[in-house]
Amino acid sequence: MLSRVAERIYWTSRYLQRVESSARLVNVYTNLLMDLPKDINISWFNLVTLNNAESEYETRYKIKDERNVVKFIVADDTNPSSLLVSLSMVRENLRTTRDVMPENAWELINELTTFAHQSIKEGGLNRGKRHEFLTQVINQCQLMQGYIASTLSHDEVWDMWCIGRDLECADMSTRILDAGANLLLAQDYKEKSHVPLVVWGNVLRSSGADHAYRRNVAASVKGAKVANFLISDPHFPRSVHYCINSIEGAVKRLPKGRKIMSAVKSLNITKESPEIINELDYPLSNYCNDLQLKLDQLHSIFTLNWFSVK
Amino acid sequence: MGINWKEYQANFFYDELINENSNARLPAKRLASYLQSLNQNELQRRQQLADTAIQDMGITFTVYTEEGNIDRSWPFDIIPRPISAKQWSVTADGLKQRLQALNLFIDDLYHDQKIIKDGIVPRHIIENSANFRKECVGISPPHNVWAHICGTDLVRDGDGEFYVLEDNLRVPSGVSYMLENRSITKRVLPELFEQGNILPVSDYSNQLFNTLSDLAPHTDKPEIVILTPGIYNSAYFEHAFLAQQMGVELVEGSDLSVGKNGYVYMKTISGFEKVDVIYRRIDDLFLDPTVFNKDSVLGVPGLMKAWQSGKVALANAPGAGVADDKVVYAYVPQIIKYYLDEDPVISNVETFLCSDKKQRDYVIKNIAELVVKPANESGGYGMLVGPHSTKKEQSEFIELIKKNPRNYIGQPTLSLSTAPTLVGADKLEPRHLDLRPFVLQGKSSYVTTGGLTRVAMKKGSLVVNSSQGGGSKDTWIVDTEVK
Repeated sequence: MLSRVAERIYWTSRYLQRVESSARLVNVYTNLLMDLPKDINISWFNLVTLNNAESEYETRYKIKDERNVVKFIVADDTNPSSLLVSLSMVRENLRTTRDVMPENAWELINELTTFAHQSIKEGGLNRGKRHEFLTQVINQCQLMQGYIASTLSHDEVWDMWCIGRDLECADMSTRILDAGANLLLAQDYKEKSHVPLVVWGNVLRSSGADHAYRRNVAASVKGAKVANFLISDPHFPRSVHYCINSIEGAVKRLPKGRKIMSAVKSLNITKESPEIINELDYPLSNYCNDLQLKLDQLHSIFTLNWFSVK
Repeated sequence: MGINWKEYQANFFYDELINENSNARLPAKRLASYLQSLNQNELQRRQQLADTAIQDMGITFTVYTEEGNIDRSWPFDIIPRPISAKQWSVTADGLKQRLQALNLFIDDLYHDQKIIKDGIVPRHIIENSANFRKECVGISPPHNVWAHICGTDLVRDGDGEFYVLEDNLRVPSGVSYMLENRSITKRVLPELFEQGNILPVSDYSNQLFNTLSDLAPHTDKPEIVILTPGIYNSAYFEHAFLAQQMGVELVEGSDLSVGKNGYVYMKTISGFEKVDVIYRRIDDLFLDPTVFNKDSVLGVPGLMKAWQSGKVALANAPGAGVADDKVVYAYVPQIIKYYLDEDPVISNVETFLCSDKKQRDYVIKNIAELVVKPANESGGYGMLVGPHSTKKEQSEFIELIKKNPRNYIGQPTLSLSTAPTLVGADKLEPRHLDLRPFVLQGKSSYVTTGGLTRVAMKKGSLVVNSSQGGGSKDTWIVDTEVK
């Protein structure tokens, strides 16, 4: 596989994952609103903070309300991390890698692109239609993932695809977790003990993890347990631990993979004891930030090894 | 209420579907009666279905404008253009004959130039040719074939016969649209394929792959790549499409490099891998900055040398464009006779060479009736359609001809054939069209089943190029003997 193609496959996969994550996040936030008491003021701006996009936001909008934030995250084509921009990045990268991807992937992404633009034009972001629209986006992303997993040969193209997907997924899990913790830190909810329950329940839902959590951890949703689950559960495919294991597997199979294995391992992403996450405040936030930095380093290792052949 | 063919005005030109008595021609019989059975809302619905399919399939082409490049949806008309299989088989033989002769001609030009010494074509043909490459002199590519992929433009005149309008031997495009037009038509008019008398077109990618494989005789499993100038090229869609259909890598110049041993390598995630055959979709002058255009970033330094020493095969070979010249075109009948000792199966359109004084005078005198074309342009640019031009344009062209007579030819304005085309919501009107079949030559020859039909969507217009508002149709080769 060409280095240039490998890099584009990796990014196609990352962006597709990002599209799905953005849709999930906005969906979950919209639901969160309905379950929280009126005087608890959840901030939509959290969604912007979670993506480190504060300065991008502030150059475009004055008011940090639901309408602006949702528009910024989903439909703003000048925001480099919006859902629509990620979607068009998937399409642009696929356009230049059609020779290695299954035929239908291209058709599916065209359909999804047309659908997303059309729905937004027809008011798909209004609260009445938002859930339906975003759910459809999530389903289409899943359809594409399923289609690729079941028709693409599980060779080096697939391994590149997995690396992109899992890296993005691990990154997003840390962000969602961090955002949940921040949300609670900003509130005074002592009187209303069900608030954390609602928030952590929605953190799980953002990752599609509520069912897996209930089956594997406990019926009751507790902050520390949720954090531990999303970081170090060995079986849940969106936990950081699982994603990193899967990445290591793909790295091992890829050409020149063994060369970087020790560098990958030395980041120690999965080995660190998650016990530190008993207190759901700044240590968790720092831990998540630290993980994000390490994932960034992983990306640099891959770039050097595969994408920039001199 | 369906279409009433009696009201369809086809009487001025040869119409592909309907004859002068308003009856359907033999290969169009089923199609015409089927269209008659559809009510007009249904026709419109099918066209919308086609437009959606084109969007979903992402079938686009790029147009260059001053504001930048725009990706446009492929313009497609749902009414197919049928041709009888019997007539096609003769035409296909003629196309193979033509390409064989042209390849012998190119090979001769780069070796002994017998045809010039024997006085069949004049020497100035190569001396003033923009596409003759001195770097190719003395080189013998595999099978002595230079143009492996050729797109020949055919037109049907008022008499119903096919004529060759031009040969495209450099980097002809359009074949992906021919294939996609068929996929769309199968989606929107599935009922018509039930009888099995419309011959399939899908063999092309396979044939192209075999033709390219045969260029690397010393290996069983050659590494074949398509070299594209990148996403800003108007035919990028096609490059990606063909790579996908053939299962080969789509590369850009920066993905390739020539090693110290003179072989060509591509940069992969495992390191450098050897490349045996390059189907290049960039022009000669951008292939190798050390030989041609020094500023080219599209090409690969050292590529020409690798090709000259036989370490990599290029399709089409550099220099093949020398026969893709409208002055050479005028001599093709003599070229066929000279090398193959056969009469041409398909005729040329009558052509006046401005390099010849008598013919030039004729062109200048009759410029209002003729089509004047530059010898080395493609895409329909830089030409004058006499009957559709102003006095001012005509006198400008006369000046151009006088300044550089070698570079211009004149041809009579043909009455191109027409076919019913959906206009507005539900009306069928005749529109002019041409046909570009694709011809392959390597170890053996192959002609596509039909080709790409291009339509001038504007009433009365003869310009079919998609960059200038042309559309397209699915082309059906119909076996009229299937019961």
